[in-house]
Amino acid sequence: MAQASADTDQAVATRPGAEAGVVHRRRSRRKLPWPIGFYRTAVGKKWVMALSGIALLGYVLVHMLGNMKVYLGPEEINSYGESLRELGGHLVPRTNLLWLMRIGLILAFAVHIHSAYSLTRMNISSRPERYQGGRDYIAVNFASRTMRWTGIIVLLYLAYHLADLTWGWANPDFIRGDVYHNMVESFSRWPVAILYIVANVALAIHIYHGAWSMFQSLGINNPRYNEARRVFAGAFAFAIGAGNVLFPVMVLTGVIG
Amino acid sequence: MHITLKVWRQTGPDATGRFETYEAPDISPEMSFLEMLDLVNERLIEAGREPIEFDSDCREGICGTCGLMINGQAHGPQRATATCQLHMREFSDGEHITVEPWRAAAFPIVKDLVVNRAALDRIVEAGGFITARVGSAPDANLIPVPKESADAAMDAAACIGCGACVAACPNSAAQLFTAAKVQHLNLLPQGQAQRWSRTQEMVETMELFFGSCTNYGECHEACPKEISLDFIAMMNRDYVKAMLTNRQRDGQKKVG
Amino acid sequence: MTLTLDAKIPSGPLTDKWNNHRFELKLVNPNNKRKFKIIVVGSGLAGASAAASLAELGYEVEVFTFHDSPRRAHSIAAQGGINAAKNYQNDGDSVFRLFYDTVKGGDFRSREANVYRLAELSGDIIDQATAQGVPFAREYGGLLANRSFGGAQVSRTFYARGQTGQQLLLGAYQSLANQIREGSVTLYNKMEMLELVVEDGRTVGIICRDLISGEISAHAAHAVVLATGGYGNVYYLSTNAMNSNATAIWRAHRKGAAFANPCYTQIHPTCIPASDEFQSKLTLMSESLRNDGRIWVPKAYDDNRPPGEIPEAERDYYLERKYPAFGNLVPRDVASRNAKLVVDEGRGVGPLKNGVYLDFADAITRDGRDTIEAKYGNLFDMYQRITAEDPYDLPMRIYPATHYTMGGLWVDYDLMSTIPGLFVLGEANFSDHGANRLGASALMQGLADGYFVIPYTIGGYLSTFLGQPPLPTEHEAFENARRAVEERTRTFLSTKGTRSVDYYHKELGKLVWDNIGMARNRTGLEKAIAEIPALREEFHSNVRVLGSGDSLNSSLEKAGRVADFFELAELMARDALHREESCGGHFREEHQTAEGEARRDDENFSYVAAWEWKGPDTPQELVKEPLTFEHVELTQRSYK
Ligand SMILES: Cc1cc2nc3c(=O)[nH]c(=O)nc-3n(C[C@H](O)[C@H](O)[C@H](O)COP(=O)(O)OP(=O)(O)OC[C@H]3O[C@@H](n4cnc5c(N)ncnc54)[C@H](O)[C@@H]3O)c2cc1C
Repeated sequence: MAQASADTDQAVATRPGAEAGVVHRRRSRRKLPWPIGFYRTAVGKKWVMALSGIALLGYVLVHMLGNMKVYLGPEEINSYGESLRELGGHLVPRTNLLWLMRIGLILAFAVHIHSAYSLTRMNISSRPERYQGGRDYIAVNFASRTMRWTGIIVLLYLAYHLADLTWGWANPDFIRGDVYHNMVESFSRWPVAILYIVANVALAIHIYHGAWSMFQSLGINNPRYNEARRVFAGAFAFAIGAGNVLFPVMVLTGVIG
Repeated sequence: MHITLKVWRQTGPDATGRFETYEAPDISPEMSFLEMLDLVNERLIEAGREPIEFDSDCREGICGTCGLMINGQAHGPQRATATCQLHMREFSDGEHITVEPWRAAAFPIVKDLVVNRAALDRIVEAGGFITARVGSAPDANLIPVPKESADAAMDAAACIGCGACVAACPNSAAQLFTAAKVQHLNLLPQGQAQRWSRTQEMVETMELFFGSCTNYGECHEACPKEISLDFIAMMNRDYVKAMLTNRQRDGQKKVG
Repeated sequence: MTLTLDAKIPSGPLTDKWNNHRFELKLVNPNNKRKFKIIVVGSGLAGASAAASLAELGYEVEVFTFHDSPRRAHSIAAQGGINAAKNYQNDGDSVFRLFYDTVKGGDFRSREANVYRLAELSGDIIDQATAQGVPFAREYGGLLANRSFGGAQVSRTFYARGQTGQQLLLGAYQSLANQIREGSVTLYNKMEMLELVVEDGRTVGIICRDLISGEISAHAAHAVVLATGGYGNVYYLSTNAMNSNATAIWRAHRKGAAFANPCYTQIHPTCIPASDEFQSKLTLMSESLRNDGRIWVPKAYDDNRPPGEIPEAERDYYLERKYPAFGNLVPRDVASRNAKLVVDEGRGVGPLKNGVYLDFADAITRDGRDTIEAKYGNLFDMYQRITAEDPYDLPMRIYPATHYTMGGLWVDYDLMSTIPGLFVLGEANFSDHGANRLGASALMQGLADGYFVIPYTIGGYLSTFLGQPPLPTEHEAFENARRAVEERTRTFLSTKGTRSVDYYHKELGKLVWDNIGMARNRTGLEKAIAEIPALREEFHSNVRVLGSGDSLNSSLEKAGRVADFFELAELMARDALHREESCGGHFREEHQTAEGEARRDDENFSYVAAWEWKGPDTPQELVKEPLTFEHVELTQRSYK
């Protein structure tokens, strides 16, 4: 039914009558192990995106809650940081469990980003010629429309954030292990504080669509809870956004530090 | 009413198209949008110019043949209404209206405002049926179908296949169409035997032609039959189950 | 040579005819089926069901439709439901009662044997559709629901909300899709059949135009099945889809297939009246609305008050007044004619005074708004979208519109036309409805023809051609037909006249509606016979079809269809003129009782009028197929 054209990954349907000419992607008939086969489909990628999204949401939430120890003073937050490295106590070598979690996180990020990237490519190729007279969207909101951009902002910010507070390259006054000190030093510089604020607003916007959308992608929805999903996504996004934005604000206003 | 129309004209699939502007005076608000286009065409023919090609058939919102992007909205500004049931009273005197064909890689333009939506049929052919040989059906009342399931199946089956969901989706995804087709049958007891093969085949065929769903919800807003996004979620759920079950069934095939 | 019509009605008692016949028909061995190629034109209920079931049997099937998807055939628009003698409601229905009601409803102008078979098969259709996943309405216990429809006194109508036709067509289309996937059906969409090819007295194939590329091609087969729908669009305004047309059957008629009862057309009483001169089609409001709505007009002439201000005493519920037993549920022809009467009297309502009220106020008071909404919500919404009036507050305005054509190509009991190898199904044939079709019976007939009749009867014909391949399309019969089609196309494009195709279609429509519409008389019919050819001449010399033949060109498509409507309209007028009686949808003003009811003439007109083509310049010749009734008693229909 489908005839491959030589140099593209597209095929043209050659059916009788007026149906010829509809282009489509070529289908791979290779039998792959199911998780890979699953991931190759767009619905599968959205599943993976939703699952990794859930992992990342959990991480973001715990990270924020943990950092709130900063309000309790330097000792609390510093020993919180230390305990993370000590996770597992004497049962495992120091930082091993933390690394395990980090690897999990890195993987989640990687598949989240890869699926986003390849779906975006697929979607762009699905409408090579855009609407010339413009579009008037109804359901699309700022959050859903800007997922790609908020995602990229968060990614860039993440790189800076690691350089700033984990590795310390971007922080001239970095003292390894002194979380409290590093945070205060960083946030009391205006440009850095603004960067953090902007990035966390972007993160909140990203979460606002993501935390609603993941139910849809995973198919765990029920018409009865549809309203609740919106509320959940809004509340989650607000909590993360507000919680994270407050750190630099508190430092700038001198509440911390 | 006096309307100024900006209409996409394109002579063939490979030609480059452009907008042309037409003045349409003396339009009655009682006319349907397509009757307005009929009149514009009548006047074009009178002036010796080729009429605008657009698709329509039943003109009562059920065959799914018509479909135009009107002022940037699929089927125009009125909700739950196909283009043929949109009336000029929805517009104001002196309004400028932009009319464009559906746009998607899988819907190549045939001419002017007409596109080829054959890809939707390919999805149905992939598995959107219950194989029931004529002559082999048991008495219709042999299998009771819970009223709720029958109603939900009917909600999905109301899809008219116009393609507005694809046209409206920023990703040109056909998830709403496919989900409606899949779930219509998956929700019924009669549809269970082929449920998992159907789901997998239809989803994978859909992806050969269309973009992916990122849950914008534009499709539902554009849908003349207001098909619910919940069907998409149900299809997503069925798809994973299908992947697993079909593997198991493959295994069963090898037994014995 | 004059045609002789042999209906080939099997012998034996009525109840055994179909069974006996199935046994007597020759079978094609399963391995040989794939050697036979069958072309099915049309993908509506009749065509899709036929193609799917023939393919299941193993025949090589090719389906042609001018639609872009088989699912868009006009069957999709049927709202109300489908009849079946299941007697699930325990209200006394039976195969015989459905048979009887259909023969009586058709005003005793149909074949008993055909109608009985239809009634027998009706239950199987529901079983088949349910197995395919058609989501029929259900009771809370999960079993199928029924309603009473179109004046039937039992509840035998199965329905899927207000979208029964859509759901049944999707069922048939999905079966077709299944066969396309299996490779046993090849689908040619956006392909319009423009000529039938006949060689040596039998059907050998068709000529089609690809509506997108303009290419004209020949297709050969052992048999051709036409399921191309009705010709209601000859009236221009009708409830048919914009593209519904008579070209396929008309071309076949010109090649020798007799056309039966062309004057039997049905005018449906509950449509939304036209709102202005640009109206392109009329929208049907399901007949089921008459179960709860009351029809009335003001008693006074030219009453301009809004309906709410007209007191009860000044309203004329004319159907309830004239027909106390059936009231608002009288059959379609009776309801339509009475609406025309009151509107012609000057008691019409609405801005153009071209409608009557269908009022739900009493039903809403009695059952509550919620109940009415549950039953008719989608219809009310549709009405509101079209008219911008809210039927919960204001009565609906309705008026009759052309809806169905009982006439069509003559077929025998096997559904074969007078050209061997040409089978005709669904609305395109003239079979089972006589002079008037009962509500919810067209879907039944189309599906019975497609799923359960043709798969048997076509075998009987094919079995005699074993070992013979289809005629090659290089054969001169195909070449000549193809050239003729090309020539026709070229002529339209080169006429370069001054008026559009639609202009002529509208003019023709007006002539047909005024003179061959709801009520006919000799003067009007003679006028039509005189004026149609003149208008046709003008059309052929003055039509303006712009653009070219090698791309999508809807004016060109329409031109061919309208040209055929012209010829058909003339035949309708002649048929109506010759039938000096009133029966069903054919009401001759000269033939009515003192009370204005239709008066049949069984003595002289109890026959099928089949017309044989005699060439472009000679009028068709009438051939009669006498109708005999052994199981029903011919009575004057009375709904008083
Ligand atoms: C608004 C409306 C409501 C109705 N409601 C009911 C109801 O409730 N109950 C009921 O029983 N009946 C109802 N009817 C009647 C019933 O729907 C039709 O009679 C029936 O569906 C006709 O089916 P069909 O298969 O014969 O033709 P159609 O469904 O009209 O199909 C015709 C097919 O032929 C194709 N075709 C035609 N000409 C050509 C050509 N030259 N070349 C190629 N292809 C061609 C078309 O593309 C199409 O696929 C209703 C009709 C209308 C208009």
